[in-house]
Amino acid sequence: MAEPSAEGGLSFHPMDQFMIKPLFGEYGDPVSWYTVTNLTLWMGLAVVCVAGLFVFATRGRAIIPDRGQSVAELAYGFVYKMVEDVTGKDAVKYFPYIFTLFLFILFANFLALIPSSFSPTSHIGVTAVLAFAVFFAVTILGFVKNGASFLGLFWVTSAPLAIRPVLAVIELISYFVRPVSHSIRLAGNLTAGHAVLKVFAGFAQVAAISPFAILGVAAIYGLEVLVGFIQAYVFTILTCVYLKDALHPNH
Amino acid sequence: MEGDIANLGQFLGAGLAAMGSGIAALGVGNVAGNFLAGALRNPSAANSQTATLFIGIAFAEALGIFSFLVALLLMFAV
Repeated sequence: MAEPSAEGGLSFHPMDQFMIKPLFGEYGDPVSWYTVTNLTLWMGLAVVCVAGLFVFATRGRAIIPDRGQSVAELAYGFVYKMVEDVTGKDAVKYFPYIFTLFLFILFANFLALIPSSFSPTSHIGVTAVLAFAVFFAVTILGFVKNGASFLGLFWVTSAPLAIRPVLAVIELISYFVRPVSHSIRLAGNLTAGHAVLKVFAGFAQVAAISPFAILGVAAIYGLEVLVGFIQAYVFTILTCVYLKDALHPNH
Repeated sequence: MEGDIANLGQFLGAGLAAMGSGIAALGVGNVAGNFLAGALRNPSAANSQTATLFIGIAFAEALGIFSFLVALLLMFAV
């Protein structure tokens, strides 16, 4: 979005990078549900990359894995162990869903780090769908698996009887805030990181501090690689925690 | 001094909300520091607790992200 300004330098707004626009058209063109936007493109690319890694790179099924297969096996083992440790052995049948979430968010985060690309996970619309899907899945699963005793999640039996109603209200509120914090955490982290990158890039137009600005951009970029992974990890592990609550509500 | 009082409130509010991000940083540092203190006393137990560490960091950080969001809303949405 960099355009020559009156002074001859580059001027852009740090939030310009989050604009959703049709892929074949200008910003401001009407967007319907079927319009292919840059958001669609980068989400699709994330799916293509995941499919590429897990279909084509593991096609050889070698005993001694090559590079692609090693990465795929590493990711698989990492998430599998996380589900087993956090949620328990009986939750392994929900592993495909959790692994899908992890891979989609991880690849969307990493593809967003390509310069002049677009970050789908910085949009609350994308992350809210992911978080509410988890919320509804977990709530429905909790009632299907435990029946009415799922409500025991809100009735803390380890607390004295007098304060249990108060705790029940707090637990109920915290339960319904979950999808909000779950989605805003991911979108907020990505938005903040990418906006900071652009703000530092904007400092580069002042000649005196431009070397520091470039060093700053490089440093923040490194931080963003870390944040992209950690946020995918955190989203996944919180999904595991919520799933554990649904499967074993009386803890 | 041009501009109206609503803009003043908007920018002041965004600045005040941004303080919340810094205070959340204290919380995240507290979680990570205490984890490290515990992990150095008993390194063999540290590996099994990294998941708990990240959950703690995520919860501490969520509230900072909320205040960042309030700042963003004030700046760009109000």
